[in-house]
Amino acid sequence: MKRSLVIVCSLLAAIFTLGADQPSVRIEPADSVGPRPLEKQTEAAVIRDYLQAWGSLSDAFEQNRVDLLDRDFIGSAKEKLADTIRQQAKLGIYTRYRASAHDLQLVFYSPEGLSIQLIDTVEYDVQIVDGKNAQTAQHVRARYVAVLTPTEVRWKVRVFQAGAE
Amino acid sequence: MRLISTIFLCGLVLAATPLALAQSGGLHLPRAVEAGRAFSIQSAGSGKAVLYIVGLGQVLRRDLQLGETTLFAPGEINNAGHYLAVLVGESSTESSAFDVTAAQPATLSFLAKPSRLPIDLHDGISGVVYVFDPLQNLVLASTPVSLQLGVAGAEQTRTAITHNGVAWVRMNSAAKEGSVQFVARVGEAISTRVIQQVPGDPCHLRMSARPLGERLVVETEPVRDCSGNSLPDGTVVTFTESYEGSASTVDVPLKHGIAQTDMPAYSGAKISVATGVFIGNEIRWGKER
Repeated sequence: MKRSLVIVCSLLAAIFTLGADQPSVRIEPADSVGPRPLEKQTEAAVIRDYLQAWGSLSDAFEQNRVDLLDRDFIGSAKEKLADTIRQQAKLGIYTRYRASAHDLQLVFYSPEGLSIQLIDTVEYDVQIVDGKNAQTAQHVRARYVAVLTPTEVRWKVRVFQAGAE
Repeated sequence: MRLISTIFLCGLVLAATPLALAQSGGLHLPRAVEAGRAFSIQSAGSGKAVLYIVGLGQVLRRDLQLGETTLFAPGEINNAGHYLAVLVGESSTESSAFDVTAAQPATLSFLAKPSRLPIDLHDGISGVVYVFDPLQNLVLASTPVSLQLGVAGAEQTRTAITHNGVAWVRMNSAAKEGSVQFVARVGEAISTRVIQQVPGDPCHLRMSARPLGERLVVETEPVRDCSGNSLPDGTVVTFTESYEGSASTVDVPLKHGIAQTDMPAYSGAKISVATGVFIGNEIRWGKER
């Protein structure tokens, strides 16, 4: 009986932990995106790839590994994030980014279909770990502008920049 | 009783300590800074502390004495974004957020499509412009972009305002064939693309035939589109000769706007000419059978 209770508790804890890792995602209707008509499949692929990019950058910043950006970032976005990771490594620190909520709005799909822009009002916690000293996580709410471009197999983030809300 | 009072007082002092430290260690910084510009952060209190500037665009760490002003030189923070300033003292931590905004527009990422298209096409050309500052930050503030297509005296000009750093337009291709420049301009920042405007579908296809020994030389007049532009050399023209239930076909590319070939001179043969789906005139050679 006691053993079963432990297993159930472990499962619940695992489910809770997994659930806690997944940010809530809200997507504004994309009816007015233009000028190119946006197919549902394209919209779904862009959002999927963008959210996966957040996962990649979170791992890359926590492990100070530039290579983890390769799958999801390209161009100046990748260069800038990679530079930041190198700065972290040089200072002997790393940062934990844990997104808790994304409020996404696709705002522009270029006429030739080569770029798509979205606005993400994102909430996340940032924790600085300097050596072995982990600082208190800080809660952040910011408005990110991302421009994604299609590559062979997925949409990659080419511009990634936070601005004032 | 005295012991309880002492414990109570100690508890109050301990509870109030972080608050007092937080109050004494104020962190003063601008809410927004332009990328690449110098700025400073003022701390209050005394003792040693570490200041972290943390964002996805940049990370900095400074050891400092509380109460001093920490200066950030021009070029220290170049990447626009949302940053946290976290001040970690010996017994307290404070944080505040600020934004680094893009500087003035300096470069344009300009995509014009297509690079080659038929003349006289309504909204046939699209131009998309992303505006960046000298540090490759997207300029999110609304910015007018001037777009000009064509040659002096016959140009189309539009002004588009950026939203979240991007502006776009659609323009018509001109009535005359040839290369034209498509120019996007924001202040001193200019980006130019070349658009090749080629003749449209053929509108005039007419051939004539003359005998040359036992052969017939068939030759078109200059092949033109509906605006009078010559179709480009290399456009394939097909001559078909039908005679006694059989047909032979010759494909000839235009050369200097004209297609020419020779075919057997069968009396009573019917010769037709076409390019793409456009059919020209028909000739019946010799006497009818």
